[in-house]
Amino acid sequence: MKREAVQGWMLVLPAVVLLAAFTHWPTLQTIWASLQTTAVPGHPSRFAPGQNMQNLWADPVFWQALRNNLVYAGCIIPVTLGLSLSMALVVDRRFPGRGLLRLAYFTPTILPMIAVANIWLYFFTPGYGLIDEVLAPFGLGEWNWFGSTSTALPAIIVIAIWKEAGFYMIFYLAALQTMPPDLREAAALEGASRWTYFRRVVWPLLMPTTLFVCINVAIDAFRLVDQIVVITKGGPDNATTILLYYIYEVGFQYWDTNYAALLTITLLALLGAVAALQFGLLARRVHYR
Amino acid sequence: MSMSATVATLPLSRGLAGQAGRWIEIIGAWLLGVLWILPLLWAIWSAIHPADVQAGFNLFAPLTLQNFAAAWAAAPLDRYMANTIMLVSMVLVAQFVLCTPAAFAFARLRFPGRDTLFAVVLLQLMVTPDLLMVENYQTIGHLGLVDSLPGIALPYLGSAFGIFLLRQTFRTIPQELDDAARLEGLGLLARIWRLYVPLARPTYIAYGLVLVSFHWNNFLWPLVITNSVGVRPITVGLAIFSTNDQGINWSIITAATLISTAPLVVAFLLFQRQFVQSFMRAGIK
Repeated sequence: MKREAVQGWMLVLPAVVLLAAFTHWPTLQTIWASLQTTAVPGHPSRFAPGQNMQNLWADPVFWQALRNNLVYAGCIIPVTLGLSLSMALVVDRRFPGRGLLRLAYFTPTILPMIAVANIWLYFFTPGYGLIDEVLAPFGLGEWNWFGSTSTALPAIIVIAIWKEAGFYMIFYLAALQTMPPDLREAAALEGASRWTYFRRVVWPLLMPTTLFVCINVAIDAFRLVDQIVVITKGGPDNATTILLYYIYEVGFQYWDTNYAALLTITLLALLGAVAALQFGLLARRVHYR
Repeated sequence: MSMSATVATLPLSRGLAGQAGRWIEIIGAWLLGVLWILPLLWAIWSAIHPADVQAGFNLFAPLTLQNFAAAWAAAPLDRYMANTIMLVSMVLVAQFVLCTPAAFAFARLRFPGRDTLFAVVLLQLMVTPDLLMVENYQTIGHLGLVDSLPGIALPYLGSAFGIFLLRQTFRTIPQELDDAARLEGLGLLARIWRLYVPLARPTYIAYGLVLVSFHWNNFLWPLVITNSVGVRPITVGLAIFSTNDQGINWSIITAATLISTAPLVVAFLLFQRQFVQSFMRAGIK
């Protein structure tokens, strides 16, 4: 028994130490750093717990980033969920070209976000892109999608959804394929409509998958910034700055590392709250078989 | 199998209205599919046509591979690609070597603090290293590893995802097999290597594919931690190429984009089934 304990610790130690060194330790460091001011020439860093907090409270860019991020998450989560489920429901059944259609839905997922950003940047380019080509006959041509504050964030959101939906389709598809066929048969015998069958049988059985997808899309909605870095750099006028992008900007462009630390803490707290909320709301409705 | 498949495809509400609904659904699905793949097709169209026909879609425009040659010549794409391949191999090998024993210990050994430690490890599923890039940058700086491949890789080597995935798989391997191997006189490491690892092969394939596509595509952390051509992975190289060097020569940028995604896309098309099954397996366990 003693020996097993030693062996156990020896085996987990290398991985756990590395993992903690870049996850748990920096989290603690971040909390500590957020309580201090950032050193600037002539003013060394000092312990001032309220200072960064005050700056945060008075920082309009932070509030805008938070608002943008909530809009970002608020659009990406439900649309990705709905689209991935619809895609899965469609390609779960047999029809001509099903394999090809699955491929079409899934392909964006394996492309790097940077490539996706380039593709969409081109797609949206005023004067060149297909969007303008299509809209031109309606007198709507030459619109700078990423350059105006009203359309930049929606365009960024579309890109995120395009990349994500096919990925989560896979999980719904997996769940649908494990569903016993006699359920469908029984529903057919009862004369249930397809909608009733979906609402009463399929949807409740999919709840664990929905919970899984929800949590992961929510985490993604706070992490997906690659396309923002490449396409808009948070602009125009901070219209596409979300929290992680703002952390990147404050930390690596203004080098205000201790303020970035407080922003990081805020982001982590927000993520924790989102996860807790979803567990609370959805877990009660999950029916495990 | 064939029996259940037939039942599964039976339409619930038969009759003309049901049939029509079914067809509308299929047409809708195809429209979405076409819409979905359109940006990619548009990029491909642009990459295989000369720059001067870019504005305005013309089905009969002359084809060319010139843009690919130009992109290849304009940016050190081969170097970036080599960096990415080295980075991904490094992370793959290190994660397998580190996570396997940890997963085994969490699955099969009893030691004080195990369950608490496991819960602590799982926190990383949500608090991922890229969220902590400001602090991690300083740590890597203290280690003198800024702008190096190990510097990019290090924060990702201990993986909660890998440990969790392998632990779940190891737990499904019958304890009797382990006991039998122990009676044969196999030591702990020998049992892991000769019994657990071979039996968990499908999980390793799934885990490997997910890992490769994640690190091939990873961008933000490599962007902040690298600053030279000799180290930058393809994603960072592509981003810098598209923003700085090219102005707005779209055909060359789309060509470079396609070149840099080609290895992964070709691998995906070849191993499509494994890819999709891997993602499912990785997500569900």
